[in-house]
Amino acid sequence: MRADHRDTLEPSRRHESPEHGAVRVFPLQLSQPKPDAWGRQSGYPAVSTLALLSRRDALMLGLAACSMPAWRSASAQAPRPWPTDEIAPGIHVRHGLDEDVSATNDDAIANTGFIVGREAVAVLDAGGSLNDGRRLRASIRQATQLPIRYVLMSHVHPDHVFGAGAFSADHPVYVGHAGLPRALSLRWEYYRARTEAILGKDSVGAAVMPTMLVHDHGEIDLGGRVVELTAHGLAHTDSDLSGFDRQTGTLIASDLLFVRRVPSLDGSLKGWLRELALLKSVSAKRAVPGHGPTSVKWPAGCRDLERYLEVLLRETRAAIKKGQDIDAAVKTVGLSERARWALFDDYNGHNVIQAFKELEWE
Amino acid sequence: MGVTRSVALALALSPLAALAQSQATHGDDSQAIMQAHAAQDEAERAARWQQLQQAIFGARSLQDGANVVQIAAPEHALDAALVPITLTMKSAMPLKALYLVIDNNPSPLASHFTFGPRADPRILKLRVRVNQYTFIHAVAETTDGKLFVSRQFVKTSGGCSAPVGADDAQALKDVGLMKLHLLGTFSPGKPLQAELMIRHPNFNGMQMDPITRGFTPARFIRTIDASFDGTPVFHLDSDISLSTDPVITFGFVPDRKGTMNLVVRDSDNALFNHSFDVPAG
Repeated sequence: MRADHRDTLEPSRRHESPEHGAVRVFPLQLSQPKPDAWGRQSGYPAVSTLALLSRRDALMLGLAACSMPAWRSASAQAPRPWPTDEIAPGIHVRHGLDEDVSATNDDAIANTGFIVGREAVAVLDAGGSLNDGRRLRASIRQATQLPIRYVLMSHVHPDHVFGAGAFSADHPVYVGHAGLPRALSLRWEYYRARTEAILGKDSVGAAVMPTMLVHDHGEIDLGGRVVELTAHGLAHTDSDLSGFDRQTGTLIASDLLFVRRVPSLDGSLKGWLRELALLKSVSAKRAVPGHGPTSVKWPAGCRDLERYLEVLLRETRAAIKKGQDIDAAVKTVGLSERARWALFDDYNGHNVIQAFKELEWE
Repeated sequence: MGVTRSVALALALSPLAALAQSQATHGDDSQAIMQAHAAQDEAERAARWQQLQQAIFGARSLQDGANVVQIAAPEHALDAALVPITLTMKSAMPLKALYLVIDNNPSPLASHFTFGPRADPRILKLRVRVNQYTFIHAVAETTDGKLFVSRQFVKTSGGCSAPVGADDAQALKDVGLMKLHLLGTFSPGKPLQAELMIRHPNFNGMQMDPITRGFTPARFIRTIDASFDGTPVFHLDSDISLSTDPVITFGFVPDRKGTMNLVVRDSDNALFNHSFDVPAG
């Protein structure tokens, strides 16, 4: 089955189907509210419910799925475009949810978007799944028919790169940090398996590698509109790429900037603070965070992130100095930040472990 | 739809399906089904441990070790590639060895410590990778050959195929670098704890390149020998389950001012040898 079936299928059709093979999959679902932009409705069952299917039901569902006309027509429909904000002339940003990947969100959790020049379009991260990318592509086609010439891959994380394959027919230049190919080669398969376990087979597709590598600085020209690119040192990850649109003074920060959603540290804490200090000196009017609002003032918009990282640095160092174990540090470091961030409990402990690993060797 | 189908088909292929089927076709009581799953999981885990026990200890019998060895590990690990484990040995019986088994890891016997005359085997701390929901078993062996077992369940996933960290290139550059921290004050004849840090990526060879379909070559620590002034403290046989940049806390009894010597050998047969003054110079 192609992954885009999920996209356009009405949830009610997914579940009810006695006439199509007597599958009683979700006895809990009596009425189905209309799905939101992410194709979800309240009360949608979690994956664990699916695991309760019997063998017989499972086989019948497989048969039913193949014989259901609804699915066939669904695959022919175009992906629904995402709503986007035009945060500056020609820069459109799709807001990502403050969630982790789930069966109901297509991994559309990062801010993605596109920038339109006189001659071409650049995608600013393609999203977290093929579906996510397809819907972004639909948004682009609503706004312009110009060729999609570039797809930026801001770093190795799946919510930013797994949509890349949705643009393969456009034959774009995939742009990434010089360290991205190595990072992807080490991680793609791991991330793919995890994502497809949640979103389903073929929701990610074949690996996409960058075809234009940025070592320190680079630029792309969309026709009278140059986007400057910077490959950063070890920071959020080992492959962070940022962009700067000269025409509007907009910094495309991606995950070097988290707002509202708690940052996730997967590179170097000290490095991230270093790169952030450099970015603060960029005279941008606004920045597009990788997570959070679609646009924030710059550099004011990085204050929370900077404070969080500094707290993490200070308190982890103090814990190490006191001789605290890593598991004790996890329970104490950063707690003053708890009320300020979404998903704090899901990431802070992990961040402390990363910080501890880095700082214990100082 | 992709999810429904793949999960359902995966289930159909699983031995759990038979039980699930018999339960699921008898009504909507999902609680009963879940309990049935839990019971089945429990049975599978017990069978897994039986196999491992047989493989590692043969026909030797294992006694309940609740009063001999305790495992402290996070119930939900925050980072599957770095799960801190503390083993506390409470028995007055002299111990010869300690086995740490992570049942559902690809290479379950994570560590086998053998204690030397200078050891204080009351505490061991280490950091491991955990690949999926699993029991962790600790087996303490007394000098007269009795085996005592304790276990704890840990929920996490992906620790073994987990991407190597961003700093692993750095780790390879400094491979073999060591630090030793004495945790406490030196006093001749009094037990002292030490934290040993080793720079080593401990690549487990389980990260697959999506283009070449090749795997990162494994390179991991096989043995660590600690000795104090030439007398053994411990010998460790380890495996791919140790985290990157292993950190191990152990106890020893320095009878005088002396030198802690550490010899680490990895799977490439690289040998790293460091000595530290006790107390620190």
